[in-house]
Amino acid sequence: MLPVPTPSEKAKPDMGVRFENVSKSFGPVDVLKNVSAHMPSGMTTCIIGPSGSGKSTLLRCTNLLERPEQGRIFIEDAEITAPGVNIDALRVRVGMVFQHFHLFAHLSVIENVALALRKVRQMPKEAAEAKAAEHIAAIGLKGFENRRPAELSGGQQQRVAIARALAMEPKVMLFDEATSALDPELVKGVLGIMRELALGGMTMLVVTHEMRFAREVAGQVIFMDQGKIVETGPPAQLFDAPQTPRLRHFLDQVL
Amino acid sequence: MLQGFQRIGETFFDPQIIAGVLPELLRVGLPNTLLLAVIATMIGLALGLVIAAGLLAKQAGLRFGCRVYVDLLRGLPHILTVYLIGQGLPLAGLSIFGANTYAYAAFAIGLIESAYMAEIFRAGFQGVERGQVEAARTLGMTRFQTMIEIILPQGIRRVLPPLTGQFILIIKGTALVYLLGLTAAQRDIFSIAQDNSVNNANLSALTAAGLLYLALTVPLTHAVNAWERRMQRGSRPTPKAVA
Repeated sequence: MLPVPTPSEKAKPDMGVRFENVSKSFGPVDVLKNVSAHMPSGMTTCIIGPSGSGKSTLLRCTNLLERPEQGRIFIEDAEITAPGVNIDALRVRVGMVFQHFHLFAHLSVIENVALALRKVRQMPKEAAEAKAAEHIAAIGLKGFENRRPAELSGGQQQRVAIARALAMEPKVMLFDEATSALDPELVKGVLGIMRELALGGMTMLVVTHEMRFAREVAGQVIFMDQGKIVETGPPAQLFDAPQTPRLRHFLDQVL
Repeated sequence: MLQGFQRIGETFFDPQIIAGVLPELLRVGLPNTLLLAVIATMIGLALGLVIAAGLLAKQAGLRFGCRVYVDLLRGLPHILTVYLIGQGLPLAGLSIFGANTYAYAAFAIGLIESAYMAEIFRAGFQGVERGQVEAARTLGMTRFQTMIEIILPQGIRRVLPPLTGQFILIIKGTALVYLLGLTAAQRDIFSIAQDNSVNNANLSALTAAGLLYLALTVPLTHAVNAWERRMQRGSRPTPKAVA
């Protein structure tokens, strides 16, 4: 585990995301129990584990959609859990893709992607839409700019959601079971974009049930169970030589 | 038997009385009723929006206060509230509208309506998918920006039909201004009809007023229903398409 950062370590480019002794509970349920982890920058970290293991909560803590009760979380040089941190400014650096897409239902595809560029980045409308159009083209949906989310398939909606996050040029991308709600034949397109992004050197935290994706794309895999990190390591190690009975049991169930 | 029908006809459907009161109902009563309804609606909308924001606020104290306000105004008989405000405010030395009973009436009905409208707004805004709010916040938008850009536009669409329905109730509710006493020129549909029926010892003027209210509310009701049906069709989730 990395040492506690001192000011001299600030702005190190390879710091990525770090969790230090993070705990979070919902009422009587301890969802995260003293979790420490390091997700290096420029790498994809896949988080696997049974449902209810705390994977999604870990992810949601990374942009403070959930606030941990204890512990500290760092993104690159900044401690996001420090008191008085500007959450909105922080979130601009962390993109998130949800299981159920959550596109803005009243806005067209291009407006979905351009909205935060205009309101948060304060770009003029034309510039924001031009940039949005580039990102829409990049995820293969050129020609769909003026459609409403309800007129798109789940796979298309999720690709727009990815474009919406990427347009903000985040340092870190979070994927919360991004393909779980998709029909099987639509999963591939979304995973393809995620793979491309990973190979491009984006720092990614990916909560997923897609073990093949984890094996092929992840630089690091974290196995969680009952609010704790049970095993961490390169995919080859976790999938081919699991160290704990819990991971072995889990892999037996899903592979 | 026949005599009974005749008496009913004379009491409720005297054509001479109806024809006599109708011009005044249309010329004085109708504009006053509509004006009262519109003013009360505007007060209700503005206050209701604020109260709704309070009902959805993070601060428990603010939420509680707004909840009490809504429960009080919805829980009391409207007639009581109109009396308490219309007569109570001047009595308490708060003659904010001078001696203008019309204004007190509009204010009282507006307050009552704000409680109902706050609930309509609250339900409409809460219906906006929570995940969209999270998505907006994740993109760095502030709570306020999320409210303006995401929740309001979608919420407004949801609340327009129920708000119009509420407007229909307000049109009928304006009859309560009669309680506060109005000058001749200020009288609404019901007041004119009520005065006329007292003077003539005959209820036909009230029947005429009833017909006028129906002419206002029935078409509006059907318009709202049609509107709601159309909205439901429009917001129905589209079947999953193939990529």
